[in-house]
Amino acid sequence: MASLARIRPRFVPRLSVGVRSLQTSADSTQLATDAHHSEPFRVKLHEHSFNAYRTEVPSLDVEVTKDSLLSMYKDMNAMRRMEMAADALYKQKMIRGFCHLAIGQEAVSVGLERGITPDDRVITAYRCHPFAVLRGGSIKGVIAELLGRQDGMSHGKGGSMHIFTHSFFGGNGIVGAQVPVGAGIAFAQKYMDKKVATYAMYGDGASNQGQVFEAFNMAKLWNLPVVFVCENNKYGMGTSAERSSSNTEYFTRGDKIPGIQANGMDIIAVKKAVEHTREWVTSGKGPIILEFVTYRYGGHSMSDPGTTYRTREEIQRMRSTQDPIRGLQRYIEEWGLASEEELKKLDKEAKQEVDQAVEEAKTSPFPVEKDLWTDVYYKGTEPPFLRGREREEVHYY
Amino acid sequence: MFNPHKLARLSPSRLSSLNGQCIRRLQSTVPSSGEAEPPPAGGHLPSIATSAFLRPTRDSALRLPGLRWIDNEIPGSISSSKEGAGDIAGRETRKMNMYQAVRDAMSIALMKDDTAVIFGEDVAFGGVFRCTMGLAEEFGRERVFNTPLTEQGIAGFGIGLASMGQTAIAEIQFADYIFPAFDQIVNEAAKHRFRSGGQFGVGSLTIRCPTMSVGHGGLYHSQSPEGFFMGAAGLKVVIPRSPIQAKGLLLASIRDPNPVIFMEPKILYRSSVEQVPIDDYELPLGKAETLIKGSDLTVLTWGTPIYHCESAIHMLSSPPSSLAHHIPASLRSAKIELIDLRTILPWDVETITESVKRTGRLVIVHEASRTAGVGAEISAEIQKRCFLKLNAPVRRVTGWDTPVPMQYEKFYIPDSLRILDAIVDTLQY
Repeated sequence: MASLARIRPRFVPRLSVGVRSLQTSADSTQLATDAHHSEPFRVKLHEHSFNAYRTEVPSLDVEVTKDSLLSMYKDMNAMRRMEMAADALYKQKMIRGFCHLAIGQEAVSVGLERGITPDDRVITAYRCHPFAVLRGGSIKGVIAELLGRQDGMSHGKGGSMHIFTHSFFGGNGIVGAQVPVGAGIAFAQKYMDKKVATYAMYGDGASNQGQVFEAFNMAKLWNLPVVFVCENNKYGMGTSAERSSSNTEYFTRGDKIPGIQANGMDIIAVKKAVEHTREWVTSGKGPIILEFVTYRYGGHSMSDPGTTYRTREEIQRMRSTQDPIRGLQRYIEEWGLASEEELKKLDKEAKQEVDQAVEEAKTSPFPVEKDLWTDVYYKGTEPPFLRGREREEVHYY
Repeated sequence: MFNPHKLARLSPSRLSSLNGQCIRRLQSTVPSSGEAEPPPAGGHLPSIATSAFLRPTRDSALRLPGLRWIDNEIPGSISSSKEGAGDIAGRETRKMNMYQAVRDAMSIALMKDDTAVIFGEDVAFGGVFRCTMGLAEEFGRERVFNTPLTEQGIAGFGIGLASMGQTAIAEIQFADYIFPAFDQIVNEAAKHRFRSGGQFGVGSLTIRCPTMSVGHGGLYHSQSPEGFFMGAAGLKVVIPRSPIQAKGLLLASIRDPNPVIFMEPKILYRSSVEQVPIDDYELPLGKAETLIKGSDLTVLTWGTPIYHCESAIHMLSSPPSSLAHHIPASLRSAKIELIDLRTILPWDVETITESVKRTGRLVIVHEASRTAGVGAEISAEIQKRCFLKLNAPVRRVTGWDTPVPMQYEKFYIPDSLRILDAIVDTLQY
C-alpha cells in the first residue's frame, strides 16, 4: 500500500474530460436589473454555477426579493450560531455522544428549504440539525435533543442524529441507509398521486455505499419523484473525495439518472437548483441527482479536529473566500439592500434567539426513567416485560 | 438416490421448481416397495399427512383457539370483531395448503386496505413459492410489483413507504437472503419509533420470507435466521406452523403497529393442508399455543419441527419394535406437553414458565444452529425463572454449529429420533 500511496498522485485526474470546473465562490452572482427594496428584481448567476449530466443546466437568471435575501441571511446566521452553541455545549461536556456540525454548509440547508414546499419530504443522514429546525422544528427542540432532555424533538431519545418533523424523516445514523428509505417515501407520494418531491440527502462518503445504487436503480425503474442530493463537502469522515471515489463527479453517478452539479456555497444558486430539480421530479420525469459542492469547516464529528487530513490553510482559505454567509452579506451590501449595521442587527437577533433557546433547553428536565420502556413497541402491543440496565431492573408492562 | 447432476443443474435456480417436486414426492411417500429405495432427500415426515394439529373439517377449523373474526371494513377497529368460536354460523372454510393460505391473507389485506402494496423479487408473477399467485392480476401491477434483486434496497424502500403510513408487505425471496437487509431491519425499522420519541414508526411494514430447511436447500436455502433478530427490540418475529395459523398470524402481523418479520417454513407450503376459514380473522401475536397438554416434560418448538416433535411424542408412547429396547417401559406413559411458540420476538415467557413449573423439564427444538440460537435465550431465562422447579437441565435439540450442509441436510436438521432421544434423556436425568 505504501508504494501505491506514493505513485497514486500521478494518476489522480484533475477533472474528467468534458466537465467544466464549477464556480464555488459564494459571491459571484451579479445584478441583472436594478435592485429594489419592495419589488422582486433579477440577478444572474455565474456562468459556471452549474454542471449538468444527461440534462440541461438550470437557467442562470433568478428572481429574488430583498425580504427573502434578508431572511435567508438571518436563517443562515441562526443555523451557524446554533451549531456553534452545540459545539460549545459539547466542549462543556453537556452534550455527550456523537455530534456532527454543519458549519460552512448553511447555504445548502437554508437554500433547500427555500426551494421546496411544506408538503415535500426531506430525509438526510446524521448532519441534520439545520434541516430539523427549518422543516418545522425549533432551535430549542434541537439543542434540548442534543442535551438529551424531555423538551428535545425526540424527547431526548434520539440524540443528535435522530430528529424528526412531520415533513422531515430524520437524521439517520447509518451512512447511506436513508437513501433507499427516501425512495420508499417518494413511492408513497407517487402512489397517493401527490405532486410533491422527496429530497433524499447523503454525503460524498455515503455515495459509495451499495444501497445508494440500489435506491438509484429502483427510483429510475419506477420513475419516482425523488431528488438524490449529494452534499459533497469534499471529505467522507477523514478521507478526501479523491481518495475514496473513483468518480468524484457525484452528479454523474446515477447511470441513466440525469444530474445537476451546483455551487453549494452560493445560496441563490442552491435555491435555483432546488427549484429546478423539484420541477423536474414533480412533472413526472423521474429521479434526478443534485450535487452540492460545499465545505465543512469543522471535523466530521466532535471527536475529529478536522486538521489531520487537510491543512489549516485550506480551511482558512475556504472560510475567507467562499463562506456562504459572507457571500450573501456581500450581495446585500453591494446591491444596497441593507447596511452593515442592519445586517449586524439581524445577526444579533439570531444570536439572541439561539442563546435563549440554549438557556431554555438547559432547564428542560432529563427523561424520566420509565421513558426507557416507552416507544420500543407500539403502546399496548409490548412484550410482557423488558430487561433493564441491571440484573434486578425488569420493567413489566 | 441423490443425483448430483440433477442437483448441480437445479441448485442455481433458487430451487423454485425443485422445491415443488420434492415436496410432492414427500406427500406421496408410502412405505417403499423395493428395499433398494432410499428415503427421499428431506427424510420422511410420516406425521405431516396425518398430523392431529391440522384441521381437516370445517367445524374444527372454525373452532380454532384464539381466533378473532375481523368482520368490519376498517382494520384495527375492535367494534365488530368477535372473539372465539361462538360465531361460526354461516362461515365457510376451504381446503388450502400454506402458500394458498398466505396468498388468501394478502388478498384480504389488499382488498381491505387501499394503501397496502406487495413487492419483492418475482412476486408479480406469483413468487417462487406461489404465495402471490394472481394477486397482480387481481389488484393491479401498481400494487403488486417486482423489485430488482436488491434486498437491502427492498427493506429500505419498505421502511420509507411504511413511514409515510402505507401498508408495506415486502417479500425477501428466501430468509437466507435477508442478511444484506439486516442493517435496514435492525438499525432503521426496529429503532424508528424509539429514536423519534414515538413520533414516527414503521409499524405497517411486514417482511415475509420463506425459512427453515427444505431437505436439499443446503447452505443458502435452508437456514433459519430468526435468532439473529432476537436482540432487536422494536421488531416482532413470527413463524407459523400450518395454513390456518399462517393466515391468521400474517393478517395480525400486517396490521400490528410494529414492524414484523414473518418467516414461513418453506417445506410446509405444500405439505401442510387443512381447512382454512375464508373470512378475515387474526391470531394473537406474542402468544404461544399449547398443542398437547402434559405434566412430565415440556417440548417447545416452532415451525416445521412441530411435526417431528409430534412423531417423537407418539414414538415415546408406542415405539416401533426397532426402537422399543431404547425406551424404558416406565417412560412410555409419560405425559409430554407440546408448545408452539409462534412468536419468537417477543416470546411468550409466561406460558413457557407456567408450563415448565408444572412439568419440571424442558426440551427446546429448533432448526437453527445451537450457539446463541433462540434456544439459548429461552433456556437461560427459564432456568432463572424455574430453577428450583427443574428436575433436569434444559435440553436443546438443534441444528449443528456448522453451515447447513448440502449433502447431509437430513442429519443436520433435528428429526424425530433426535428429539425422542432428548426426551428420553431428560426424563431419565
